[in-house]
Amino acid sequence: MNNLLELLTENARLTNAQLAVMLGSSEEDVAAAIQQYEKSGVIKGYKALVDWDKAPQKTVSALIELKVTPQKETGFDEIARRVTMFEEVESVYLMAGGYDLAVMVKAPSMQEVSTFVAKRLSTLEPVQSTATHFVMTRYKDGGVALCDDTEVDERRNVLL
Amino acid sequence: MIDYQHLLNHHIKEVKPSGIRRFFDIANEMDDVISLSIGEPDFTTPWHVREAGIESLQKGKTWYTPNRGFAELRQEICKYFARRFHVQYHPDTDVLVTVGGSEAIDLCIRTLVNPGEEVLIPQPSFVCYEPMVQMALGKPVIIETKIENNFRLTAQELREHITDKTKLLILPYPNNPTGGVMRREHMEEIAEVIKQHDIIVLSDEIYSELTYGDRPPVSFSSIQQMRERTVVVNGFSKSYAMTGWRLGYALGPEEIVSQMTKLHQYAIMSAPTTAQYAAIEALRHGDNDIEKMRTQYDMRRRLMVDGFRNMGLSCFEPEGAFYVFPCIRSTGLSSEEFCERLIREERVAVVPGPAFGACGEGFVRVSYSYSVKHIAEALKRIERFVHKLRAEKVEENR
Repeated sequence: MNNLLELLTENARLTNAQLAVMLGSSEEDVAAAIQQYEKSGVIKGYKALVDWDKAPQKTVSALIELKVTPQKETGFDEIARRVTMFEEVESVYLMAGGYDLAVMVKAPSMQEVSTFVAKRLSTLEPVQSTATHFVMTRYKDGGVALCDDTEVDERRNVLL
Repeated sequence: MIDYQHLLNHHIKEVKPSGIRRFFDIANEMDDVISLSIGEPDFTTPWHVREAGIESLQKGKTWYTPNRGFAELRQEICKYFARRFHVQYHPDTDVLVTVGGSEAIDLCIRTLVNPGEEVLIPQPSFVCYEPMVQMALGKPVIIETKIENNFRLTAQELREHITDKTKLLILPYPNNPTGGVMRREHMEEIAEVIKQHDIIVLSDEIYSELTYGDRPPVSFSSIQQMRERTVVVNGFSKSYAMTGWRLGYALGPEEIVSQMTKLHQYAIMSAPTTAQYAAIEALRHGDNDIEKMRTQYDMRRRLMVDGFRNMGLSCFEPEGAFYVFPCIRSTGLSSEEFCERLIREERVAVVPGPAFGACGEGFVRVSYSYSVKHIAEALKRIERFVHKLRAEKVEENR
């Protein structure tokens, strides 16, 4: 059962029956393990990995570096939680190094990202400064290479 | 006009071309073919191993190596063999680094076999043994292994085929294409027979690291009194996903290896230099890579065996390599018909069993050296195909 999470992170659409076979376990045990992971919050959800550059609806992504003033008692947690609430925000990480919070944002246009940063993010009280970096091309996302040439099977052996 | 037929060596003309090629040719003509026919890892060489190769190039290490291979590499090979299989070899005298396992097999056969001498080849097995024996003017003697013995060579089968002309037994386990594995107890039975004769064993252990289940892989040379009668062939292609680097090795008694080295020196000079640098890194720091890949293969193996059984094809559970060898007799088609219709009607390429010897008839080789997603889709298509064949059969019988 050790490899269950790895299998799911690679392909969440495998059926419990397939997972059970691959893990040498029973379907019931796999179902129970998944349920347990879901319940305890190890598995937070399942979603499609989309290459937005190819999708019909255009989106823009940006990495925003935030410097914030940590609060008494709660430190960075409270401000980080505030930031997670914006629906434009895809992910939030507390960083060691030159800035505090790394915020990944997705919006339909650069204009909307700019407005979001200027009007909503930088106006939060603990935020000292922001630096916005727009994503130009995605080569790999969520562990999946998005550049097309990696998909080609170049193996051409004709004898073995 | 030059009559080339007249000029060519007549032994080489007698060597049959590989039966697998045809299917690759068909597959290459078509779009959207899902192949399960390839016999090499889908993983790329681990990055740290590639980096060692790159670094050697950056430093300009582009010369020949010693004929036997770098001393450092030979030492690492011996260390690996001692820790994994508990057999001691001397790096100066008992090891030869070759261009893939295939070169080692060829050298071993040419070094040992005199014209007319017999070489025992259990089949189904790798396609190279028979032509190599023919080119050495030896006589290939085929031993047909059976599914009821899990495609293992039995002591009785071996005994029945030994004559006073027998020089060499090729022991191709873990087996391509069946996935059969000789466990220690089976090897011991074979060793009992070997001891009573003057026969050398060429143990092709290229897939040894891809052995599944709780039992660790066993080298035939670790069986009592077999070290002195065995030439072990192994390499980096399958265990470290290094096929394109072309690097293998032979381990054996000094007297044999030194003669093999002589041939290698004249025909090849030395195995690829860059690959040797990479291989040193692989042996030093690559045990985890093997483990990771084996875990992946093992999961795919289960998925595939289960898939074939669910569609009603009997499928022996392979214990090694990365192939399954399901029986397709129940469909009423020959292996070749099955493969050709499968590729034309469902765009899935698998290899007909007889490509690995006549006794492979009724079976097909299916490689699981592919992603789970790829395998799942291919199984779906094969299942649809098998159901269609069944429906046809019912229709015919009406």
